[in-house]
Amino acid sequence: MPKDGGIGASSKRREDIRFLTGEGNYTDDINLRGQAYVFFLRSDIAHGVLNSVDTSAAESMPGVVKIFTGADFEAVGSIPCGWQVTDKHGEVMQEPRHPVLAHGKVRHVGEPIAAVVAESLAEARDAAEAIVVDITDLPAVINMKDAVKEGAPKVHDDLTSNLCYDWGFVEENKGAVDKAFEEAHHVTTLELVNNRLVANPMEPRVAVGDYARGTGDHTLYTTSQNPHVIRLLMGAFVLGIPEHKLRVVAPDVGGGFGTKIFHYQEEAFCTFAAKACNRPVKWTSSRSEAFMSDAHGRDHVTKIQMALDKDNNFTALRTDTYANMGAYLSTFAPSVPTWLHGTLMAGNYKTPLIYVNVKAVFTNTVPVDAYRGAGRPEATYQLERLVDKCAHELGVDPIALRRQNFIMEFPYATPVAVEYDTGDYVATMDKLEEIADIAGFAARRKESEAKGKLRGFGVNCYIEACGIAPSNLVGQLGARAGLYESATVRVNATGGLVVMTGSHSHGQGHETAFPQVIAEMIGIPEHMIEIVHGDTANSPMGMGTYGSRSLAVGGSAMVRATEKIIAKAKKIASHLLEASEGDIELKDGAFTVAGTDKSVAWGDVTLAAYVPHNYPLEDIEPGLEETAFYDPSNFTYPSGAYACEVELDPETGQVTIERFSAADDFGNIVNPMIVTGQVHGGLAQGIGQALMENCSYDSDGQLLSASYMDYAMPRASDLPFYTVDHSCQTPCTHNPLGVKGCGEAGAIGSPPAVVNAVLDAMRSGGKDVGHIDMPVTPARVWAAMNS
Amino acid sequence: MYNFDVEKPTSIADAVKALGRDEAQPMSGGQTLIPTLKARLAMPSVLVSLKGIDEMQGVCTDDDGRVCIGGGTVHAAVAREVKDQYPALAGLAARIGDPAVRNRGTIGGSVANNDPSACYPAAVLASAATVVTNKREIAADDYFLGMFATALEEGEIVTEVKFPVPEKAHYEKFIQPASRFPLVAVFVAKFSDGVRVAVTGASENGVFRWTEAEEALSSNFSADAVAGLKIDGSSMISDLHGSGDYRAHLTGIMTKRAVAAIS
Repeated sequence: MPKDGGIGASSKRREDIRFLTGEGNYTDDINLRGQAYVFFLRSDIAHGVLNSVDTSAAESMPGVVKIFTGADFEAVGSIPCGWQVTDKHGEVMQEPRHPVLAHGKVRHVGEPIAAVVAESLAEARDAAEAIVVDITDLPAVINMKDAVKEGAPKVHDDLTSNLCYDWGFVEENKGAVDKAFEEAHHVTTLELVNNRLVANPMEPRVAVGDYARGTGDHTLYTTSQNPHVIRLLMGAFVLGIPEHKLRVVAPDVGGGFGTKIFHYQEEAFCTFAAKACNRPVKWTSSRSEAFMSDAHGRDHVTKIQMALDKDNNFTALRTDTYANMGAYLSTFAPSVPTWLHGTLMAGNYKTPLIYVNVKAVFTNTVPVDAYRGAGRPEATYQLERLVDKCAHELGVDPIALRRQNFIMEFPYATPVAVEYDTGDYVATMDKLEEIADIAGFAARRKESEAKGKLRGFGVNCYIEACGIAPSNLVGQLGARAGLYESATVRVNATGGLVVMTGSHSHGQGHETAFPQVIAEMIGIPEHMIEIVHGDTANSPMGMGTYGSRSLAVGGSAMVRATEKIIAKAKKIASHLLEASEGDIELKDGAFTVAGTDKSVAWGDVTLAAYVPHNYPLEDIEPGLEETAFYDPSNFTYPSGAYACEVELDPETGQVTIERFSAADDFGNIVNPMIVTGQVHGGLAQGIGQALMENCSYDSDGQLLSASYMDYAMPRASDLPFYTVDHSCQTPCTHNPLGVKGCGEAGAIGSPPAVVNAVLDAMRSGGKDVGHIDMPVTPARVWAAMNS
Repeated sequence: MYNFDVEKPTSIADAVKALGRDEAQPMSGGQTLIPTLKARLAMPSVLVSLKGIDEMQGVCTDDDGRVCIGGGTVHAAVAREVKDQYPALAGLAARIGDPAVRNRGTIGGSVANNDPSACYPAAVLASAATVVTNKREIAADDYFLGMFATALEEGEIVTEVKFPVPEKAHYEKFIQPASRFPLVAVFVAKFSDGVRVAVTGASENGVFRWTEAEEALSSNFSADAVAGLKIDGSSMISDLHGSGDYRAHLTGIMTKRAVAAIS
């Protein structure tokens, strides 16, 4: 029987009641007394010399409080980058200055040039139209391969070229890898594009800056996945505000998907302007602004090759990728195509030799950074497309080829510097074959063909690295931050608990899942536990939520703090029960003396901690509150096998997804219902990337897909009913919960299965095109079918 | 948006008068105009809402058996009310946009705007409907003049559209994946004296009649009759979502499917 509470129960998401009844408190719901509104005048030119910004006419427009231009921020720091990559020659990456408002040059459509603060948004916008901007157009740098050619126009004049870095991994392996290719029995080569995406969280970004002149305290309310990181980056590196004078609040946040990790100019602006104007300053992004100012995702151009021996064993893998950085380095941009991508290139396979080259390139486009999966979808897509291509070139079954090359023993040290602690790729593939009903495919294909449709089946495996990350390791890799997580557990006198976590929930369900863990540990009902997050003023320094890390790292910190609570509570209980501490057991919310019926309830112990009349004051302090910081010793490695079945209309090129099956190994699971929901959401985004979504620029750097009229988001009617299974569980060995993380798997694991299925359908119609780039739109399929 | 005045006349006469004001802009359901205003792509000084004019509301049948739809009638009402009389038209109306659009957007607004990817123009043209304005009656063949261009004069209001009901008709739509407007859609209407085929979404000149298909179908109303027909893609829209050649190809496929659905 399913549990009705604690670890393993599908407790209903308590936060959804407020979200679904309109009672959420989002940043745009925050309105401060006397607030003014800012409108950003953004560049409509991709690349140009900013000769002048004349605000004189605008200054006298009705309602204008103050107008800012790049000149006002000359003394202010650059928007910082949080990760420094070292290239294959041992040189550090090229790192351009990233101004709050453009100065000297504009470098992408959407870059803010000036900011008008006014009494109303309409007045701010009216005045912005009266600003006269003089820009001399320069040739736009859009195509990455052109951008790194000799003599190409430079995005940043003070850098030596548009090449941010040329990364080789593992550089020492390159010779051996090349030699293995020379000796290979078969080599499969694949060139592909991982399409640029716009994250499109339902809630656009918002920032409200506030300044208290009496105390000198700054507050920023912002749509962030990690308020402490914003406080550190913005305070220390941009505005020079010490952390004790700066509070950052990220209240309810309506989806992030990575794009709300980063520190953006608008946050720094609102904080800065609130002091300069001496009144709160609010910015709410329009959807149009979001398309041209939220960090984009993906955008890799890759050539990948596999070497195989005569028995179809993988002997070596090499891959060359151009990764688009956009015009500036967003907060974690350099890490995405390197440490979050290259380290995953082994996938689920025991390929002994791997070499990864990544050239990160500046272009006149919106900065690119982490988006659900961040580097791992790019790695999975190219590898799993390549393995499928190998199978077809060799005339072997794609599943059999995968199985033959699976890693079978754990822990397994890959040739790309990571060690998988646990996994069972055979088990997830077995489970997939069962739930995908592969046996019934031939009959389903016949049914489709009877309707004039083609039917295709595609499969892929994936491995990802979650639970980021060991701080000392990422420090060596160039991270300018630690990646621990924190929790403070405060037990109240009457027994209820408040947990202040450095993790941040923006849809994940922490307020439900985290209490399940503590309820299990103490043996009390979940409703006695409340989760507090998103405010630097009331939670310990934490690194936030991304990379499927919250339960594995944040949850582990919470477990550690709760263990301290229980240890202290046992001391109190031993005093109350007049028994030896070693004999005290905690079960079902009561402390008992082992082997006796003597017991004291949880609430009596917590009351004693705060009303310490009968209390061992000479040995322990009153109160019951503990903090823990947890720094993981390794990444976690969720894995799985996915299958997609498509129907293809050969007359129109329209692809519909008829079945999608996902067999995941997430280790232990706290709330199966939430896990299923996370997989569903990830699959929607992965299928969206595979079939529909595409962020497209023209050669002048104009954003063609700048609204929902041209950027295709998947809707419920575009998606099938999924079959999701997470019964294969190999617990993580190095965190106390044995959990691995599930937030990104769906987006990582689904695109190759979709494309593999489309190609299979096309082959069944007599057309073997070898590869088709995402998004696999009807027009592209039709063109490929008729090429 | 920029500031503007709003007038909400209750008669066609008052609406015409209001539209005489400087920089006046009529607004029906506003499903195109409001986003345009929000993006500050238009700056009317006065917006004349046509939503309060009772005489432009609703569906009736005239003495010639034509389905007459008031210009201010929303798509959802058309979908509901002409279901029995003209199911192909009802089906078209039922699949425009989403429920919010269908309950605000009007036939008059759609026909007056003549978006090259709108659904209604295909039905109006294929049905040989008559566009009625406050001044005159305009045959569909004389009404659509190109992308966003119509025979309407400044201040002229579409008050009603009169649809002859064909023996058989079908609207086949292939959607653009982002906007969900037609990438290409074809309305086929079979009358006793011939077949009319109107194509929307495809051409740079807006909705048009595919005369070769009409001729072929008028002599042999079957999917086979159009299966071999080709249409030139060189003057078709070519964009992110498909080339001109793809749209030309889809024109043939959608026509064939529309015919197959009713033959």
